Amino acid sequence: MPAPAQRRIIFRHVDEPGYTNDLACYLRHGGYAMLRKALALAPAAIIDEVKRSGLRGRGGAGFGCGLKWTLVDRRSGKPIYLIVNADESEPGTFKDRHLIHQDPHQLIESIMITCWANGVQQAYIYIRGEFPEGARILERAIGEARAAGFVGPNIGGSNYGCEIYVHRGAGAYICGEETGLIESLEGKRPYPRIKPPFFPAVLGLYQCPTIVNNVETLCHVKHIVEIGGGEFAKIGTPNNTGTRIYCVSGHVRRPGCYEFEVGRITLGELLHEVCGGPLPGRRFKAVIPGGSSAKVLRFGDTFTLKNRDGSPRPLAVEDIPMDFDTMAACGTMGGSGGVIVMDDSVNMVEALANLNAFYAHESCGQCTPCREGSLWMKKITHRLVHGQARAEDGALLKSVADQIAGRTVCAFGEACAWPTQSFVAKFGEEFQAYPETKRSPRPEGAGALV
Amino acid sequence: MRRLRGNFLMNLKPETLQQIDEAITRYPVKRSAILMVLHAIQEDRGYLPPETVEWVAAKLELPPINVYEVVTFYPMFRRKPIGRRHIKVCRTLSCALLGGYKTCETFEREFNTRRGETSADGEVTIEFVECLASCGTAPVVMVDDTLHENVDSAKARQIAELIRQEAAGRT
Repeated sequence: MPAPAQRRIIFRHVDEPGYTNDLACYLRHGGYAMLRKALALAPAAIIDEVKRSGLRGRGGAGFGCGLKWTLVDRRSGKPIYLIVNADESEPGTFKDRHLIHQDPHQLIESIMITCWANGVQQAYIYIRGEFPEGARILERAIGEARAAGFVGPNIGGSNYGCEIYVHRGAGAYICGEETGLIESLEGKRPYPRIKPPFFPAVLGLYQCPTIVNNVETLCHVKHIVEIGGGEFAKIGTPNNTGTRIYCVSGHVRRPGCYEFEVGRITLGELLHEVCGGPLPGRRFKAVIPGGSSAKVLRFGDTFTLKNRDGSPRPLAVEDIPMDFDTMAACGTMGGSGGVIVMDDSVNMVEALANLNAFYAHESCGQCTPCREGSLWMKKITHRLVHGQARAEDGALLKSVADQIAGRTVCAFGEACAWPTQSFVAKFGEEFQAYPETKRSPRPEGAGALV
Repeated sequence: MRRLRGNFLMNLKPETLQQIDEAITRYPVKRSAILMVLHAIQEDRGYLPPETVEWVAAKLELPPINVYEVVTFYPMFRRKPIGRRHIKVCRTLSCALLGGYKTCETFEREFNTRRGETSADGEVTIEFVECLASCGTAPVVMVDDTLHENVDSAKARQIAELIRQEAAGRT
């Protein structure tokens, strides 16, 4: 059976010939009509539609967007802020550049609808420092929208006003964590905050109620207003609604961003049919399905899940649907939608050493298990790769990782532990082989990873 | 109010000062402007000179430690000058799988310097950085603000040649 076709909703105009990122082009394509429609609706009605749509956050955790909005404290009397998380820095994820560079007004219109629905009068787009061009494009687009009366005071002739500002990060991965991001926006080091008891919905930016949404999540909002939450919920699969951008990178013939209905395509269809399969003469070995923090899957492994009626449902790696729930049942996660593919030329110890260097560099240093543990894991994989392997290193790596996960303020602890835990569990023989060979037998033609 | 010490030493262009004053108006709390102010100074001066900490602290009405802790945390802020051109090669997994390390080594050979260092003529600084979020066109390289995609060794040599030509044209 051929793979299903892409369903491009938020990517509709990305890479479309003749489509430009200026306001005139956006208006020619029906732009800002949904903002007008939304302003005629009661804010609560829009929140209801988003809840009905089942939209889940695309940043990694998959938390219900409508639910997040419902949790906002509206009785505090304090201003409510919206922060757009455009600090996309999960390795393997590269959709924001396209959404921001090619269709910035789609994002701005969705931001304004979200602000109206939630009574927000000030929104910040926190864009990662490595996107200077994206920041300029957004500044210009916001300027155009402001001049046309879609941003600023008296939007569309109403009494409602809202400002959007672009705020640039400066190269720290931890700012993608929402409370770290808030600290950073307050002008501090981005040390994530302890939660519970207080979440940003109650005490966020400047101790005011705050919504933090991912760029991709927000882009869907205008389309939910357009077709209604009920119709949106029919896209995708139950509890995994809408479309997602899958970012495929690594060892495939056609890497890139592809938009599909959530869960309507399997990992195998995505990699073999959409992305053209492995490179010539190679076979797939492993895949990280949801950004570098997601646990790795090994080709050839099978999982036994349960059908609704309780009967067993065997699943090969290729058969796993690209959704949130089945991925979780297979011990990994849909995460950020970043799919990193590794073929049989890859030495898994080196691949892990590469990721461990990333996490050791990016740990913010607030919690001891993560600050020290991420560095130890880097050092252990480094010595493995550089000919100083010890027999106990595989077990030691697992032991360190196990003592990080669950013992830190934020999810970075899990994010840095999961690669190590899964690489050692699934490719244990490669870690075992090291003490004998002392030096990795790097397959022919494979480049260095560390 | 504290006097803006070191004001003349900062030697910022008038448009940078204007940009900084405008950035401060975007936030209900001045401290929030710190990243934007530091970016503006770095773009103007090429790095953050030592007097930055005191100057920004006075500007945002903060104790200097609040500026210092930010300057020292975020990887993009530099406390030392760099070469005229800044080459950032992505190091992380997707780029490494397709030859990111080779790309970085090619630049090192072309400019006869090492990652993290500046070439002897002061023309380029090479840095091996973490994920630049363009994994689908790996390996990727940023030269100053411009992203270059699918940079294998051959393309790295072309980019190096363009940089050298541009440098020769300047003198």
